Amino acid sequence: MMGRDLLGIEDLDRADLERILETAERMQEVGRRDVKKVPTLRGRTLVNLFFEPSTRTRTSFEIAGKRLSADVVNFSPSSSSLTKAESILDTAMTLDAMAPDAVVVRHKVAGVPKRIADALAAPVINAGDGAHEHPTQALLDCFTVKQEKGRFDGLTVTIIGDITHSRVARSNLYAFSKLGAEVRLAAPPTMLPAGVESLGAKAYTSLREALEGADVVMVLRIQQERMEGCFFPSIREYAATFGIDRKKLRYAKDDVIVMHPGPVNRGVEIAHDLADRRPSVILDQVRNGVAVRMAVLYQFAGRPATREG
Amino acid sequence: MVLDDVAIRRALVRIAHEIVERNDEIRDLYLVAIPNGGVPLARTIASQVREITGIELPVGILDTTLYRDDLIARGERPPLRRTEMPSAVDDRVVVLVDDVVSTGRTIRAAMDALMDFGRPRGVQLVGLVDRGHRELPIKIDFVGKNIPTQRGERVELRGTSGDLEGALEVVVHGEPEGAAEARA
Repeated sequence: MMGRDLLGIEDLDRADLERILETAERMQEVGRRDVKKVPTLRGRTLVNLFFEPSTRTRTSFEIAGKRLSADVVNFSPSSSSLTKAESILDTAMTLDAMAPDAVVVRHKVAGVPKRIADALAAPVINAGDGAHEHPTQALLDCFTVKQEKGRFDGLTVTIIGDITHSRVARSNLYAFSKLGAEVRLAAPPTMLPAGVESLGAKAYTSLREALEGADVVMVLRIQQERMEGCFFPSIREYAATFGIDRKKLRYAKDDVIVMHPGPVNRGVEIAHDLADRRPSVILDQVRNGVAVRMAVLYQFAGRPATREG
Repeated sequence: MVLDDVAIRRALVRIAHEIVERNDEIRDLYLVAIPNGGVPLARTIASQVREITGIELPVGILDTTLYRDDLIARGERPPLRRTEMPSAVDDRVVVLVDDVVSTGRTIRAAMDALMDFGRPRGVQLVGLVDRGHRELPIKIDFVGKNIPTQRGERVELRGTSGDLEGALEVVVHGEPEGAAEARA
């Protein structure tokens, strides 16, 4: 059963995930209407608390909140007193005193949303914390796959990129495994954390083997600034060996789809001509993000202020 | 059981006739069902109207959950049901179809939802069962059967084989508020 906060996919079970995906399908219908707004969260306040810059996730939550008629307040460190060395929790408590009905948190450090949730009366939705989780991204990825494939059982999902530092990979690994798909992780050895197999995934350092028979190829963004370090010799070498192009895709199933959480580094992890066209569904992912976040807000925002335990 | 499949069918045939009698421009009518119970009822009414007039009415499905007035306070969120509105509602006479009408709050929600889809020329209401206990000034235009009930009792339209595809029946279950204390 779902708790009061959405901190990670790890805390959800299959029934929870299916419930959210089904709700998202209904929300998608709202988005196709002439008047794309329902009064569900009228008079409720949603706070977007983003300590780390993000355009698409924040915008997506903002649109989702507005379509449900919530008042949406965006709060980001540059425009706040955080620069005056106010601590994260103090900031969150100040916001909480304004009685929001949900707080969406992004922070570069894993575990911050949990810390904030423990301190606040309002439900907290994690919008990405360090290398920990990014649950709504995984939910919209699952939603996109469900729309494309109609099922999860028997599907093979191959996630490619810097697995070690990716909250998207981690949340998707939990989500797709719980829904019954097989998850493969492919990366150069320096980007594959030890022990991923204990989480139910198969790890590959050969891209070709990882792609063999894949139904879904999920390409992660390569953080160029990390490449400066010791993880991989050069961008060009990464693009040559792990970058996805139409030629490498031939190892996958004929009806494979290619996903990417964005923003895309064209010509690095994904070829130029692949990013905008089938089999890539990157723009569908963005579109689906709004419906999925509406479903999440429907499920989590504005619960009565009693916290378990 | 208070209504069996035959009785439900008979009521719907009569309601179809009443709808045809009441409205001059049959072609402007649009049946909009409130799920889940309203859906099979609206389909039956549509097929009856076709038999009487030869006119095929559009049937829409309109979920009211996102328009409820008790959603956030309840804590737990009910599953959403599907909405399918195949035709525009502008300038049409919408006939809302619900299985059991009680407080009128669902109908209020349905009317708000409907207005988000456009501006109907008029709205009429079919209720297979009117069980009373109205809390809002809502009136049923075409009623199948009045079933006086106590608060605490539940009136439900259900399929005899588990889904709403086959034979239907209306049942009353639960017991009036205070009945258990009265026995004790």
